[in-house]
Amino acid sequence: MSTAVAPQPPVADDTVIERTVLADRSRSWWHLPATLTVLALAAMVFFGLRAKAGASTTFGLAEKAALNPGKIIPETVTVPTGPATIVLTALCLAIAAFFWWAQWANVALRPLVRIGLLALFALLWVLGFLTWASAGSETMSIGSLLQTTIVLAVPLAFGAQAGVLSERSGVINMAIEGQLLFGAFGAALVSSLVGGALGPWAGLVAAPLMALVIGALLALFAVGYQVQQIIVGVVLNVFAVGLTSFFFGTVMRQNPERFNTASVLPHWRIPILADLPVIGRVLFDQNILVYLMWIIVAALTVAMFRTRWGLRVRAVGEHPRAADTVGIDVNRTRWTNVLLGSAVAGLGGATLTIGTNVAFGEDMSAGKGYIALAAMILGRYHPAGALAAALLFAFADATQLKLSAVSAGGGGIPSDVLLMLPYIVTLFAVAGVVGRVRVPAADGVPYVKQ
Amino acid sequence: MKLELRGIRKVFGTFVANDDIDLVVEPGEIHALLGENGAGKSTLMNVLYGLYRPDGGEILLDGAPASFSGPGDAMAAGIGMVHQHFMLVPVFTVAENVVLGHEPTAGGMLDLAAARRLVREISERFGFELDPDAVVEDLPVGAQQRVEIIKALSRKAEVLVLDEPTAVLTPHETDELMAIMRQLQAEGTSIVFITHKLREVKAVADRITVIRRGRVVGSADPSADQTELASLMVGRSVALELDKAPAAPGDVALEVSGLTVADAAGVQLLDDVSFEVRRGEILGVAGVQGNGQTELSEALLGLQAQVRGSIRLDGRELVGCTTKQILDAGVGFVPEDRTHDALVGDFTVAENLVLDQYDRAPFGSRIALRLAAIRANATRRVEEFDVRTSSIEQSVGSLSGGNQQKVVMARALGRDLSLFIASQPTRGVDVGSIEFLHRRIIAERDKGTPVVIVSTELDEISQLSDRIAVMYRGRILGIVPGDEDRDVLGLMMAGYTAEAAREAVAGGARTTDTQLADEGEIA
Repeated sequence: MSTAVAPQPPVADDTVIERTVLADRSRSWWHLPATLTVLALAAMVFFGLRAKAGASTTFGLAEKAALNPGKIIPETVTVPTGPATIVLTALCLAIAAFFWWAQWANVALRPLVRIGLLALFALLWVLGFLTWASAGSETMSIGSLLQTTIVLAVPLAFGAQAGVLSERSGVINMAIEGQLLFGAFGAALVSSLVGGALGPWAGLVAAPLMALVIGALLALFAVGYQVQQIIVGVVLNVFAVGLTSFFFGTVMRQNPERFNTASVLPHWRIPILADLPVIGRVLFDQNILVYLMWIIVAALTVAMFRTRWGLRVRAVGEHPRAADTVGIDVNRTRWTNVLLGSAVAGLGGATLTIGTNVAFGEDMSAGKGYIALAAMILGRYHPAGALAAALLFAFADATQLKLSAVSAGGGGIPSDVLLMLPYIVTLFAVAGVVGRVRVPAADGVPYVKQ
Repeated sequence: MKLELRGIRKVFGTFVANDDIDLVVEPGEIHALLGENGAGKSTLMNVLYGLYRPDGGEILLDGAPASFSGPGDAMAAGIGMVHQHFMLVPVFTVAENVVLGHEPTAGGMLDLAAARRLVREISERFGFELDPDAVVEDLPVGAQQRVEIIKALSRKAEVLVLDEPTAVLTPHETDELMAIMRQLQAEGTSIVFITHKLREVKAVADRITVIRRGRVVGSADPSADQTELASLMVGRSVALELDKAPAAPGDVALEVSGLTVADAAGVQLLDDVSFEVRRGEILGVAGVQGNGQTELSEALLGLQAQVRGSIRLDGRELVGCTTKQILDAGVGFVPEDRTHDALVGDFTVAENLVLDQYDRAPFGSRIALRLAAIRANATRRVEEFDVRTSSIEQSVGSLSGGNQQKVVMARALGRDLSLFIASQPTRGVDVGSIEFLHRRIIAERDKGTPVVIVSTELDEISQLSDRIAVMYRGRILGIVPGDEDRDVLGLMMAGYTAEAAREAVAGGARTTDTQLADEGEIA
């Protein structure tokens, strides 16, 4: 049987298909630059032009005790409020103008350039806001702002890593909130029971174990019984609030000395590095939970994208049937990942109690689990991205806290308005800046073997 | 390796998918498993591959009984499978997909360099030009299939099962696949080739086993007559050719010009598509799946968001109209995926038959349904289209694929139309029903309705169309007469323009099956 050779087709068969992108502008081309312009103009008018004449703003940079030879980094910087804000917002306007041009001419910016410019815009805008809001009041210390940011970011970051672990394998983890709460509860309870210097360490072990309960229930219903995963997650959150509130109201309140005392993990200070100005304390004088967070993010990034385990997990989350046909046990992978994730979230819960020297309080996770979920999505299901998003949300929250402390001075913004700040940042970040996020294809879809 | 299946039985509920099937594949043999859609071929192979557990019978490899609790066991025993729906992770690279499940590691990390070497090595052996770092979703379908083959071979498969491998290929790619199969055979691999296409079986198989309704109904040599094989496969004699009167085209009814469709990210799916369809004429849209046909049919019905250009039906502009307005304008539509886009599985046959007209006379008003009219309509349509259902109140999801398709067609053709669009009108339908549905489409044409048929089956296109538009990567490469040479169509589906394709065919470029036809081996 002979096969006549057909001539080579005009395109080679195995080459990657180049997809053409529509040559003309999309209908929504003006949305981004218009939003940026409005934001920049509003900032310029409200923060800059309406600032009190002659007012000035003082930022604190280097701490007095810091290692700062020759005062390279000044201890404080004072700028005139109005002019400084106008300069900052004018730079914002310049970035907006650049986006008008780029979008109008339909120039395809490299993603890094685009994200970088948007980040710069955000930074300038926030600086402008801070300059205005803390005008005239006492020194606005950048170091302590960052310190608060880290403290607030840790539970979010742990929660978001839990989400990454679970959702990369295809199980939606709505129950982060409950896992945080159980972790916080377990850490406080066990730490109090054991007591003494050993208490917090026992709590550190107990927190992930407690959170595993929620993780196991989630896996049992979502993976084992294929129940709709968002519903299971929400129900588990309600369950966690109910159960911990019950024990809080009965046992803990009866005998707080025995069951619910505040205790804290010791800070580990890394010599010399901790004395660096501005960032020294923030990065190198923390308790073990903060260091663990950095380690887990780094380890997870490597594990997810560079190891056999990670490849299999991602395959299970993207195309479980394909994973099954090459002999990967889909549901076991999902079970493992949900359990691992919940343990990580439990550590996040621990930071709420033994990480910050606070006793357990009713519903003390207060929606952090949901913010962590948003951070995971904003971070595009990537461990490092999720961490960056958690830091962003935490920064917004820290700014809010700082300003409501000083708001009697400078801007005089009502604290209720300030309270909205983290959520406004969330909305803008999720809706505007990030754009389309690629969700693992089988996220939330139970796998049924035929 | 010699593969033997003995008395394999697989039951789903009360449905016997495989009933006492025996099959012997000798080492280095290409064994074709021929049967209609739903005959039980894929079930049998999933049993062999460890995806289903058999309810009876045994599998023997080189004479020794084997039992597989999962695909991992089957692979370890030397059985590889290329699934009809590729088992590839779209966002992974070629190398990652190939090594998934048996990843080489170095120092605890994934050794992608070794994976790339593996892919290159096997690619070179077979003359593929696969880039190990290409992301699978960016590859054309034919290349994705080669990734699947490499995946099986990298696991040292001695028996390779190919499940309907040609369904997604151009005739040219099909020829290439057959060459690969012969090369594998020469290296000693046994191949089980599952298909319902007679031409391919005759071109490549050493032995043929025919399966009908879950049973082996006979085996044959490739020298067997094609109509004989067809009647064995279907269980009665069938007319493989369709008689139709020549078209009597009237005025231009549908005028599409400069139609461009993009997805949400701005990626162009249809690129400046223009054509017209006259009253009483069938325009066939041919092409390998995924070249813009889906988007074209959806754009015609107003289901695509980013549309530029113009679609004029009887002088009225449809771009910008809602789907409801377009349906009201008298457009009948058969979507390509009936379970997802055409039917509500839990609704009854009667309800599904009025899904596009439930809110207007005679079936309903703004606030209420007229149940008597809906029932009467259902009774009439079920009889007219010979839908095999126990009652019109049965849920549509419990019908067989062919009967579901008849319900969809009956709904679309159940009123006076100004345009009829059908995507894959006979997908998954048995040969007997195909004949009936084709006649209905011709009858609609003869009533003076302009008809657009989108199909990836070249046979169907050739039989139905008065003119054929071939689509390739979002463009219409050319519109040719309905009786155009199959080889020309095949080359156009691979990206040749009509002129270039005709020139190439005149210069002697043939596909295997037209050569066989010339030699009188197949009809």
